[in-house]
Amino acid sequence: MSWEIVIGLETHAQLSTASKMFSGASTAFGAAPNTQASAVDIALPGVLPVANKAAVERAIRFGLAVGGKINRRSVFARKNYFYPDLPKGYQISQYELPIVQGGAISILTKAGEKSIRLTRAHLEEDAGKSLHEDFQGMSGIDLNRAGTPLLEIVSEPEMRSAEEAVAYAKTLHSLVRWIGICDGNMQEGSFRCDANVSVRRPGAPLGTRTETKNVNSFRFLERAIEFEIKRQIEILEDGGKIVQETRLYDPDKDETRSMRTKEDAHDYRYFPDPDLLPLVISEEWIEEVQARMPELPDEMSGRFWTAYDLTKYDARVLTQAKETAEYFETAAKLVGQDHAKLAANWVMGEVAASLNREGVGIERASISAPALATLLKRIADGTISGKIAKQVFDAMWAGEGSADEIIEKRGLKQISDTGAIEKIVDEILAKNAKQVEDYRAGKDKAFNSLVGQVMKATKGKANPAQVNEILKRKLGR
Amino acid sequence: MLNASLREIASGLARKKISSVELTKLFLGRIKALNGRLNAFITVDEERSVGQARAADGLIAKGAAQPLTGIPVAHKDIFVARDWLTTCGSKILSNFVGPYDAHLIERFSGAGAVLLGKTNMDEFAMGSSSESSFYGPVKNPWNADCVPGGSSGGSAAAIAARMAPAATGTDTGGSIRQPAALSGVCGLKPTYGVVSRYGMIAFASSLDQAGPFAKSAEDLALLLNVIAGFDPRDSTSIEREPEDYTRDLEKPLAGLRVGVPKEHFGEGLAPDVGKAVETALAQLDKLGAKRVSIGLPNSRLSVPAYYVIAPAEASSNLSRFDGARYGYRAKDYTDLADMYRKTRAEGFGEEVRRRILIGTYVLSHGYYDAYYLKAQKIRRLIANDFTEAFKRCDVVIGPTSPTVAFKIGAKTSDPVQMYLNDIYTIPANLAGLPAASIPCGFGAGGLPVGLHLVGNYFSEAKILNVAHRYQRETDWHRREPAGLQ
Repeated sequence: MSWEIVIGLETHAQLSTASKMFSGASTAFGAAPNTQASAVDIALPGVLPVANKAAVERAIRFGLAVGGKINRRSVFARKNYFYPDLPKGYQISQYELPIVQGGAISILTKAGEKSIRLTRAHLEEDAGKSLHEDFQGMSGIDLNRAGTPLLEIVSEPEMRSAEEAVAYAKTLHSLVRWIGICDGNMQEGSFRCDANVSVRRPGAPLGTRTETKNVNSFRFLERAIEFEIKRQIEILEDGGKIVQETRLYDPDKDETRSMRTKEDAHDYRYFPDPDLLPLVISEEWIEEVQARMPELPDEMSGRFWTAYDLTKYDARVLTQAKETAEYFETAAKLVGQDHAKLAANWVMGEVAASLNREGVGIERASISAPALATLLKRIADGTISGKIAKQVFDAMWAGEGSADEIIEKRGLKQISDTGAIEKIVDEILAKNAKQVEDYRAGKDKAFNSLVGQVMKATKGKANPAQVNEILKRKLGR
Repeated sequence: MLNASLREIASGLARKKISSVELTKLFLGRIKALNGRLNAFITVDEERSVGQARAADGLIAKGAAQPLTGIPVAHKDIFVARDWLTTCGSKILSNFVGPYDAHLIERFSGAGAVLLGKTNMDEFAMGSSSESSFYGPVKNPWNADCVPGGSSGGSAAAIAARMAPAATGTDTGGSIRQPAALSGVCGLKPTYGVVSRYGMIAFASSLDQAGPFAKSAEDLALLLNVIAGFDPRDSTSIEREPEDYTRDLEKPLAGLRVGVPKEHFGEGLAPDVGKAVETALAQLDKLGAKRVSIGLPNSRLSVPAYYVIAPAEASSNLSRFDGARYGYRAKDYTDLADMYRKTRAEGFGEEVRRRILIGTYVLSHGYYDAYYLKAQKIRRLIANDFTEAFKRCDVVIGPTSPTVAFKIGAKTSDPVQMYLNDIYTIPANLAGLPAASIPCGFGAGGLPVGLHLVGNYFSEAKILNVAHRYQRETDWHRREPAGLQ
C-alpha cells in the first residue's frame, strides 16, 4: 500500500524596512554586534514598543498579492518564554487575530499547476542571536537582529511531495521579492522555512507531524523533507509511532534530528500586548496600497499568454521571477510581437542555461535583453540561422561584441543566394552518387546526409530551408 | 516656604524673595532631617539637585521662567532618570542607573523644575503600604508606627512631611490615591493615556498611569499641566489638544451632580472614615451640589478582576529582569536556567514573586479563558457601570480607602486584607477614568481620611474644580503632621 505525504510550510520573510518592527533601530545586516540595538531592543526598564507602519504596509501588500483577507483589526500578542536572545522575555507576535487570513499561491510542477491555500500571515519581531563560540565556555548575545520585522506566512498542509514544497517555497520567495516586501536573501536569513511533514495512508486522517526548523536553502528544504518522509515511513512500516516534535536539519550529515518533543514544549502564555493598541487598518489605506501594487505574476502570465501567444506553461515559467519576466518582455517587444515565441524560447533555453552554468541571476546576465533582441532579429530576418545564432550568442556572452559585429567579423551571414546554393548542391550531388541513388531508392536518411554535406561546405551558413527545397527539386522524388 | 503653594513659591522665585538654590537646599535639609525617621526617599543627590537649581535660577534671571521653573519635585523611583539610580524599590534593580529620561522626567526638566530625589515605594509598585520595598518600609508622617499607604508611599509621605512641595507617583490600582488618603495629601490619577508611560517601569501596562502629588488641588492642576500630553513613544498615549487644567478651578459648584455610589458605603467601610466622607458631602451640598444616588453593581468584582489582570501583565512585564543585561545577577549558578532561577528568586521580594506566580498561572494554557478573558469581560462591565452613572452625575464621590492608615506589619501576612485596601480605587483603573483623593478630615488616632472623586474620561479639570472649591471652604489640606519640628 502506498503512503500519502502531507506537507505544510511556515515561512519567515524578513520585511525590507529601514527600521525595526517596534523600534527606530536600523535593520541593516552585518553591523558589529549590538551596535544596532536600541533601548527598546535591549528591553531597558520603562521602554515601550511602537509598531512600524512600513512593516504593516508590507503585510497589506502581501495580503493583497495572495488574495487574502486583510483584517481591519488585528492584535499584537505576547509570546512568553525565557531566552537570553529574547530581551523582553517575550516576543511580540500576532496570535488569535493575524493581519492576513486566507489567500492562495499557485505553484507549477512537472505535473502542472496547483493552488496552495494559505492559512494566515502575521507580523512579528525576530529574536537576537546567541553566539556559542569564542567566549571560553560562555555565550555571547548579539541583539542587532532582535526586533527585526518578520511576516510569518503559514500554508495549509496541501503539498504532497518535496517537489511541491520546494515549488511553493520558490514561488513564495519570488512573490515576496516581486512585490518588494523582502529581499529574499536566504544566506542572511531573510527568508527561512519550517516544514511540517506527516505521512498517512490515502484517505486516512492526518498522521502525526514533525516540524523541521529553519531550513535556509531550497536544496536543504528538499533534502530535509525527503529525509523526514523516508524516516517516518520506515518507522510506520516497522510498526512504530511518529512522535510530535521539532526537528533540526543538519546539512553536513544530511539528516534531521530531534530538537524537542511536545512534552517539553513551552506554554507560551499568549495574551494581547497591553502596550500596543489593536492594529486598525482603514479602507483608505488598503486602497492606497492596492493602487501602488505592481502587476502580479499571475496577471502577467495571463497577459503573456494572450498578448505574446505563448503556451500557458511558458507564460508561467517566464513569470516565476520578476526579473526574468521583465527581461523577456523587453526582448519580446524589441523583436516584435510575431517573434515573441522565439524570444521566450531563447530566454528559457540559452539564457537560462548560461545563467545556470554561471550560477547568477538574470539581472547579472552577460547579454542584456535589448542585445538579445538584436540577435533574435537577425534570426527573424533570415540573416543567420538558429544554429549559427547559438555561436553568436556564445560569443556575445563571452563579451566579443554585439550580434551584428560578431556576424560581420566571423562572416556568419547566411547564404540565401539561390544561385550560389544551387552551385554547391550540384557539386555535392556530383560527389555523392551513392547517396543520391540510395535516396531515390527510398532511403530518407540519405537526404539528411546530403543536407549535412551542403551545410558543411557552406560552414553552416546556407539557409537551411533553401537547401532543403533545392535538394528536393534536384533529386526529384 | 515649606507650607507654601506652588503659585506662592513661583511668585517668591519671580520676585527674588528666594532663589531656587535656596529653596532646593531648604527641602534637601528637611529631607536630611526627616528621612532617617520616615524613609521616604531612596536616592538624594544634593550636588545634582543644586546644580539643576542653579540652572533654574539662570532661567529666572533671564526672565525665561515657566510656572514650575526652579521648583523642586520628588519623583517616585519607578521613573527612569538619566544618571540617577532607578530601583523601582527592588533589589533586582538596586544597581541600575538610568541611561535615559522618562517622558515625565523630560517634561519636568523642560519646565525648569529641579529633581529633588527619588522616592521610596512598594517593590515594582506592588502593594498598598510601601512596606515591600527592598529599601525598607516608608513611615506615615502622622504616626511613624503606621504605613503611609502605597505603592507611592514615599511621595505621599514626602508631601505630608513637607520634604517636597510636589511629587509624582503612579497608580495601577490606587497607588497614588490610597497613599494620598492615608498620608493626608492630594493625589490625582489622570485618565489612562493622558500621561505617557515612556520611561515609567511597567507593572500592569493597561492600568498604569502617572500622576502628581501635592498639598492642594490647585497645585495638582499646575503639575498636570506639565506632564499631560501626547507622546509618540507610548502607543497608548492619547493625541488630543493640550488643555490648561487650572482653567475651571474657580467655577462655582451650583448644580453640580454628585454621584454617591451606595456600594462604597456598605460593609467594610470604617465608621470614622464614613463619617468624615459624609461631612464632606454635606459641605458640597452647601456649595450648591446635588447628591444623586448611583449604583456601581459590578464594582464588587473589581478586586478579583484586578488581581487577575494586573498580575498577568506583571508576570510578562517583569520577565525582562533576568540578570542577563542589567540589574542584579545571582553570584553562583550552574547553567542558564539556574542563573534565571536564582537571580529572580533572590532579586524579587515575596509580594512580587507571588504576583508573578499568580499572573503566570492565570495565563497558562487551559486557564486563560477562565481567568484572564473573564476578568477582561468584568472590566468591561465595570466601565459600563460608570458610563451609566455619568449619565446621571458629573462626578462620583466616596471614600478613597475603607480605613485610615494601619500599623506597619498589620497586613503583611494577609495579602487579601491588603488587597481590599484598594476596593474603592481599583474600579477607576479598570475603567481608565481620572480620579483624585483629597484630605477631608481625620479618623481614629488622628489619622487622615481621603475623599475620592472620580470623573468621566478627560474630566480632570472638573475633578480639580470640585476639589479646589471644596478646599476654598475647608482647611483639611492645610493641616500638617505634628512633631516633625
